[in-house]
Amino acid sequence: MSALSVSGLSVRFGTHEVLRDVALDVAPSERVVLFGPSGVGKTVMLRAIAGLEPNARGRVLLQGRDVSDAAPEARHIGVAFQNFALYPHMSARENIASPLRAQKRDAAEIARRVDAVAELLRIGHVLDHAPRALSNGQKQRTALARALVGEPRLILFDDPLRNVDAKLRYEMRIELPRLLAARETASVYVTQDFREAMAMGERVAVLLDGTIVQCAPAAEVYDNPATIAVARLFGDPPMNLIPARGVAAGGGCRVNVAGLAFGFAAASPAEPVFGVRPEAVTLHDVGSPGRVPARVLAVTPMNERQIVLLRLADGTELVASEAAAPAATELHVGIAPGAGTLFDAASGLAVATSPVAEEVSA
Amino acid sequence: MPVHDRSLRLLRGAALTLIVLFFMFPIFWIAVMSLQTNSQILSLPPKLVFSPTLSNYIALITGRLSTSVGQLNIAFMHNLFNSFLLSSCSVVLALILGVPAAYAFARFKFRLGEDMAFTLLSLKFAPPLLVLLPLSLEFQQIGLDNTYAGLIWIYQLITLPLILWIVRGYFEDVSPDIENAYRVDGHSWFRGFVKIAIPLAGPGIAAAGLLSFIFAWNNFIFALVLASGSKQPVTVGALAFVTASGIQYGQIAAAVVLSIIPTFAIALYAQRWLVEGLSLGAVKG
Repeated sequence: MSALSVSGLSVRFGTHEVLRDVALDVAPSERVVLFGPSGVGKTVMLRAIAGLEPNARGRVLLQGRDVSDAAPEARHIGVAFQNFALYPHMSARENIASPLRAQKRDAAEIARRVDAVAELLRIGHVLDHAPRALSNGQKQRTALARALVGEPRLILFDDPLRNVDAKLRYEMRIELPRLLAARETASVYVTQDFREAMAMGERVAVLLDGTIVQCAPAAEVYDNPATIAVARLFGDPPMNLIPARGVAAGGGCRVNVAGLAFGFAAASPAEPVFGVRPEAVTLHDVGSPGRVPARVLAVTPMNERQIVLLRLADGTELVASEAAAPAATELHVGIAPGAGTLFDAASGLAVATSPVAEEVSA
Repeated sequence: MPVHDRSLRLLRGAALTLIVLFFMFPIFWIAVMSLQTNSQILSLPPKLVFSPTLSNYIALITGRLSTSVGQLNIAFMHNLFNSFLLSSCSVVLALILGVPAAYAFARFKFRLGEDMAFTLLSLKFAPPLLVLLPLSLEFQQIGLDNTYAGLIWIYQLITLPLILWIVRGYFEDVSPDIENAYRVDGHSWFRGFVKIAIPLAGPGIAAAGLLSFIFAWNNFIFALVLASGSKQPVTVGALAFVTASGIQYGQIAAAVVLSIIPTFAIALYAQRWLVEGLSLGAVKG
């Protein structure tokens, strides 16, 4: 039985339809990331799951229990808000104890469980402080402790690491999945940072234009984005998207991209676009079949990698991600075997993956 | 630039002194007057050195006013009690009605909501005389004329709009996420209202309550028309000092001092609530 099953979820504010017939399934103790650009409705979807969105229509099932019409207090889920949403007039201890107080646990049990979760999140020493006396990181951990302490089967995270510093963000990216796995808690995690999505999610659901356009393991979203829009959003630097020419060949098609040729096992769309990740672009000193000459326009370091902007002979610009900056400015470019996705520019959808490099014919 | 700083500080000090003098002098002078006899007050030039007398206060507290033509009974202490009863009951009623209403206006968008809120505010613009004549006739008919209940009801015209609009602003400043978080924790909506919304708007509720208490206390015209004799507050009761044998300045001054004390004491007490910024550091935007 799914920890969470959303179907037919629509949210409309006046004439503006934010979510349109969205469906999402989260297995028990699975971590799903809801990824999308800002303003796309990720938070709205989370609020709808929590029962905080009065404009939501559709079905929400928690462990098979239909809670579509249930009030937020009757859903028994944990929520970590982006702005922490701590109760300013209560100590950190009382903040964390709130879900247990609602469950009418006795004082000894509350004290024991608050201490345990505070210990886990390393905020035991600040439990008696008011929220305003806590650092951002401690506020964050207090909010997480509050979401965890009631041991809900599902926790919703609304971009909880947006407001904390980079160091803490990296710590939490490692810590949170471990914590959730240990407690066998399912989670939906909202973020607009693809690195966070890769780190936090077993599956990534990409929300675009009011609907989930792709829901797949993070690596698959990265390697094989379902649409051109996903390819543009997911990844930094984003996927190279190069207009191509296609002709029918055998059972599939043959696509010419800036002097290179690839065979795909699908019919060619009218306006083919060839997509390739910067990591799959290879640089060589010597030319050979399957490589084209290129010129280095700029090199930018980024997280241990060198981002190389190249211009091919026909004017196409291409981004490569390399371990080291290339020595020469004139070199030859190839594509790693099997890398590349064929998109249809008209529909925006991916048509085929795993191309076979072919000899360029005149 | 220390020289610049010092001259600036001196200027600021001078300006503050001037302002304090301007506002405090009348109060100081009233206090001085309340310790003088009528003839001392009316002497020219006014004397700053005099032997103070408590006769004015004694007259007020015992309720016996001696004038040149004889003894006069006044009910000043009873007026003071009326003022206290009317103002505090009005504020309590306005808080009971106004705080939930302010919350509704702050949190929910509903049809005609803004119009309703504005209509309530407009009660503060309307000249009281506009409603007083029909009101006094109606009150006579339904038997609310010259009753505490009737006056407290009419005082809502003063206190309710004030509380509604001030407290609404404070509720709007409380992030809805804080209340949402409390509900997600498993608490009912009403519990969240009592345990989260009201404490966080506390300073605002205290300020609004205090202000409307002062406004109710200072009201003159409603009580003048709708109350007589035993139900009059101090503002109307002070008219008794305008007697056939002249105006009793000393007693008026003493009455003013006595009637300032309750509001002054409440303001001092409420001050710590007013300055307490409870909401600080709760939400990271």
